[in-house]
Amino acid sequence: MPPSGAFSQFIVSAMPDLAIIIPSVLNGLTTGALYALVALGLTLIYGVLHIINFAHGALLMLGLYAVYYLNTRFGIDPYVCLLIVPPVMFALGYVLQRGIIGRASHGRDENILLVTLGLSIVIENLALFFFKSDTRIIDTPYSFEVIQILGAFVPEPKVFAFLGAFVTAGLLWALMTFTDLGRAIRALAKERKGATLVGINADHVYAMSFGLGIACLGVAACLLLPSYYVSPQVGQGFVLIAFTIVVLGGMGSFVGALIGGLFIGVVEALSGLFLGESLGQIGIFAIFILVLIFRPTGLLGHKV
Amino acid sequence: MRTLIILAAVFAALALVPLFVVSDVWLNIAIMVLYSALLGQAWNMLGGYGGQFSFGHAAFFGTGAYTVAVLQVQYGINPWVGLFAGGLAAVVVAAIIGYSTFRYGLKGSYFALVTLAFAEVLRILSNSVPITGAGVGLLIPLQVAPSNLQFADKGSYYWLVWAMALAAFLVAWWIGNSRFGAQLMAVRDNEDAARALGVRAYSVKLRAIMLSGFFSGLGGVFYAQYFLYLDPHIAYGASVSIESLLVPIIGGIGTLFGPLLGAIVLHAISEFSRDLIGDIPGISLVLYGTLLVVMVLFLPRGLAGLLIRRKAAPQTPKKTEAEHA
Repeated sequence: MPPSGAFSQFIVSAMPDLAIIIPSVLNGLTTGALYALVALGLTLIYGVLHIINFAHGALLMLGLYAVYYLNTRFGIDPYVCLLIVPPVMFALGYVLQRGIIGRASHGRDENILLVTLGLSIVIENLALFFFKSDTRIIDTPYSFEVIQILGAFVPEPKVFAFLGAFVTAGLLWALMTFTDLGRAIRALAKERKGATLVGINADHVYAMSFGLGIACLGVAACLLLPSYYVSPQVGQGFVLIAFTIVVLGGMGSFVGALIGGLFIGVVEALSGLFLGESLGQIGIFAIFILVLIFRPTGLLGHKV
Repeated sequence: MRTLIILAAVFAALALVPLFVVSDVWLNIAIMVLYSALLGQAWNMLGGYGGQFSFGHAAFFGTGAYTVAVLQVQYGINPWVGLFAGGLAAVVVAAIIGYSTFRYGLKGSYFALVTLAFAEVLRILSNSVPITGAGVGLLIPLQVAPSNLQFADKGSYYWLVWAMALAAFLVAWWIGNSRFGAQLMAVRDNEDAARALGVRAYSVKLRAIMLSGFFSGLGGVFYAQYFLYLDPHIAYGASVSIESLLVPIIGGIGTLFGPLLGAIVLHAISEFSRDLIGDIPGISLVLYGTLLVVMVLFLPRGLAGLLIRRKAAPQTPKKTEAEHA
């Protein structure tokens, strides 16, 4: 997260040196890994279904609340929640795609965007009603442990999240490459008619892909909460950031999402350092707009 | 011509509302209906007739609102001047967004996301610079006088928003019946075919977004003068963008009366639900979201689609798989 406004004002006036930049970059990389996790689900869904899931942030928020309540009510460690939350999120995603989103397109991509926008509004405001607008954090024994890297101190949960992002990306890649489900998903992504002809149940596999994308959010939620907070609006901040990463890395590319996530994390940290916290967010949107306008297939994507 | 007569009759009837409705509560609802219809019609010009779905109409609305407020508060410029300045400032923003997106052929979901990002950039900017009062917002001083575009009675506000809405609906009618409108709808239905026939798609879409931006900006001006308070979240937040697209989607996108129908239905439902379940924060938004999902799922052509079912409306061609990739 970027440093406070007053602090960065000071930085702007003084010549920034490595002692400030290195921790900031490390911070950006660990935050970026979490962004990458959120973006992985989005890029998977886009790559297969060719739809943009606007409810992604709202669903992440649901995952965070799940981890929060499992931890505070039942004392379950957030990392143990990895066994519970992602499967539940998977089921939720499957049902959403099969029951609502899959039926909405009527031949226009914008309709999907509208429906997922509607879903995100409903989910967020129901959360506001049930959970109230308080910002909540959890307390774990390792919340304040730090690890020293290159002379900078990085909180332990952020290091775990960083590693977790790569493990998740690796698992997804393995699933897509070696399993029957992965083959079916790839076949469907490439050529729907052909895939259906050889006996792939398109509706089922689409819903499985959507479920997998949402399960990624479950993983992200478990890794995120020890070093972050949850509130009903928490997902909003992630939505455009995740879109930026997906567009930057090329829609549908896992490697692109990872690199894009890390890049955006660093950009956010550095622009927060140099521009101040509130103006610093503009860096991300500026990148988003520029990439969408000049290279909508992404920096790593192919020209269509 | 027949639609123009119906339009004139509807607005003539609407003009009489303040003469019969004396209750401020009901008059306020009527004002909000026309205000929503104005925002919805503005969105409809681009989204309905042009097929370009914007998720960021707050960019235009907020610019109009901030222009009239900043000119008044910081420079002491009369809001009647601000009214036109606000509309024009919104047109400039629309031209910038239109130029940068249509020039490079962005459409569909990409266009929606870019407009959203533009609105977010403006929100962050207005939250950071002192001229807009940053996060604290701007309070327009209360000086009730018609010359100040502030009125003591709700009836005058009603006629103000009525006039703005009338202008928007007349322009929408013109779009539906002019050469420009025919070109715009041709681009919506099949851009490649339209270009092959010599329609300059880029310039047609650019003009549509500027018209749309102007009326959205007027909506912002009205908001500022009616509530006399603005902050970045009100001006550039997501709720205006959502309301702008929800109204025509309920009523029927690409139809002249859709936004009016949508505005009436939307406010009727939200008032009814408020009576039924009380004023719980966020509950109206839950309703908006549910309506959006239900409409797109079951009535993608809106309520107007029910009324004009026998007339075969142009169906957007189903995209082929190749176009998807």
